[in-house]
Amino acid sequence: MQEYQVYGRTVILAASACESARLMLNSKSQRYPNGIGNSSGVVGKYLHDSTGADMGGILPQLFDRKRYNEDGVGGMHVYTPWWLDAKKDKLDFPRGYHIEYGGGFDMPLYGFNWGIEQLNGSYKVKGKQKEAGGYGASLKEDYRFFFGASIGMAGRGEGIAREDSYCEIDPDVVDKYGIPVLRFHTQWSDYEIKQAKHMKETFKEILTNMGAVITWGDDDGEHNNWGLHNPGNIIHEAGTVRMGSDPKRSALNKYSQSHDVKNLFCVDGGQFVSQADKNITWTILALSMRASEYIVDQMKKNNI
Amino acid sequence: MNRRDSLKALVVGGLAATTLVEACKQPAKENAAETATGNQPDQSDRMAEEKAYAKKLAAEPKFFTDHEMATITVLGDIIIPKDDISGSASDAKVPDFIEFIVKDMPNHQTPMKGGLRWLDLQCLNRYNNSFIDCSHTQQMEMVDEIAWPKKAKPEMRQGMAFFSLMRNLTATGFYTSQIGVKDIGYMGNTPNQWNGVPDDVLKQYGLSYNEKELKECISFDKKA
Ligand SMILES: Cc1cc2nc3c(=O)[nH]c(=O)nc-3n(C[C@H](O)[C@H](O)[C@H](O)COP(=O)(O)OP(=O)(O)OC[C@H]3O[C@@H](n4cnc5c(N)ncnc54)[C@H](O)[C@@H]3O)c2cc1C
Repeated sequence: MQEYQVYGRTVILAASACESARLMLNSKSQRYPNGIGNSSGVVGKYLHDSTGADMGGILPQLFDRKRYNEDGVGGMHVYTPWWLDAKKDKLDFPRGYHIEYGGGFDMPLYGFNWGIEQLNGSYKVKGKQKEAGGYGASLKEDYRFFFGASIGMAGRGEGIAREDSYCEIDPDVVDKYGIPVLRFHTQWSDYEIKQAKHMKETFKEILTNMGAVITWGDDDGEHNNWGLHNPGNIIHEAGTVRMGSDPKRSALNKYSQSHDVKNLFCVDGGQFVSQADKNITWTILALSMRASEYIVDQMKKNNI
Repeated sequence: MNRRDSLKALVVGGLAATTLVEACKQPAKENAAETATGNQPDQSDRMAEEKAYAKKLAAEPKFFTDHEMATITVLGDIIIPKDDISGSASDAKVPDFIEFIVKDMPNHQTPMKGGLRWLDLQCLNRYNNSFIDCSHTQQMEMVDEIAWPKKAKPEMRQGMAFFSLMRNLTATGFYTSQIGVKDIGYMGNTPNQWNGVPDDVLKQYGLSYNEKELKECISFDKKA
């Protein structure tokens, strides 16, 4: 393993939210005892992920479908944006979520056609009532008959960015390069749990009204936070190098530039104050485009 | 796998990757069947780490004995035999897939090995032969005891659980092979121009696009 030192006029961190926070927190010096660009102490804090909960089933009216190429239809052609903003005062949670849909003629992957015995005994196949399970040519007919009739719904929502949800440098553990790693302290608040409950109720209403038979995701409740995925599971981590106009309460200004160190930028998910209920990538792209234009402008003016 | 998990696997298998892969705790292992043939150089468009992993699994000593592999082959072809539309499980190299997947997902190892043993013990008691050495009639008699979950006798439950796992693995191995993809009629993963749902399909369900949708969503030649 070889070590290099590289010098640059500006340093732009885009290592992903947690990794950029880690780089900053590990970059300690006499001048920056809390880590570079961290005079506010916020680096690593306000770590938040999207919320997520899911439900799915089958649509008996779609059994025995005529085949066609349906790739992309589930994920990209149907989407429910958050629709209750105007009525948010009536809800017991503050932030919204969107719904993504899946199903149909999807590519066979691991797990494809598992549990056929839950279907082929319960629904007539080509007009015949069969016994659940089985084998042989009749089973092959069943697999064909049920293909493309599944539907799934995934809610992805905004979790509240909180100071007490954070990552920090682990005092005891290093990676294979000898660099200290992060450790995490995250948990949901009541808001996200109530939002997940709302998701589940909505999914059930929609699935039931469209004639679906719900086959999974319907047995969640208080005991498991209404099926809310653990923080980190939706992989939209953000907030650890937040931006803001007050240098005491944020690490970056609105151009993704460090308040403390003018030639340091962070253009990944770290800069988010909140990630709304949208998935995160497009906003990362937009913010880094704005930062890029600003950097060019500032370099031309010899400000950095 | 309990009922809930198997349903989950069934439906997650049928969900768009964009939505559900994120929610999956165990990422789906794609194209596992191809990997099973591990001896040829791996031409697949995969990350170096994945290739190294597939190679490592292929280099591991065989998990199933020859006798067990022969049993898996017979069972697989009972579950998915050749018919008018497509070939059998062994035509699609399902036994190789199963050898691969139990190395990739070791949680299947004991249920598979134990299940095969259970089957042989049953057959030895009943017919004085291991499953593969039984006559075809005896084999089918035995399979009928464990292939129908709602009818299976209580003392056959372990065998039924094994047969359900065997059926699941066989189905996954078969339908992720080229033969199986053709059979099930999956037509995606090919370049195309989305022309909307075909007209005859819309008609079948009593649906149609309205003017606005046609204008805004389907801007190119509908007949293309
Ligand atoms: C499986 C999965 C599915 C997702 N699906 C969606 C989705 O559908 N829609 C959506 O909007 N978002 C989705 N996301 C989230 C989205 O992908 C991420 O939030 C986004 O890519 C983060 O962008 P980034 O630029 O902050 O970091 P990244 O894209 O993670 O890029 C960071 C880069 O920095 C490099 N790096 C790290 N450390 C160093 C170092 N020390 N030196 C040099 N290089 C370094 C890394 O190798 C990496 O290339 C998904 C994420 C995952 C994991």
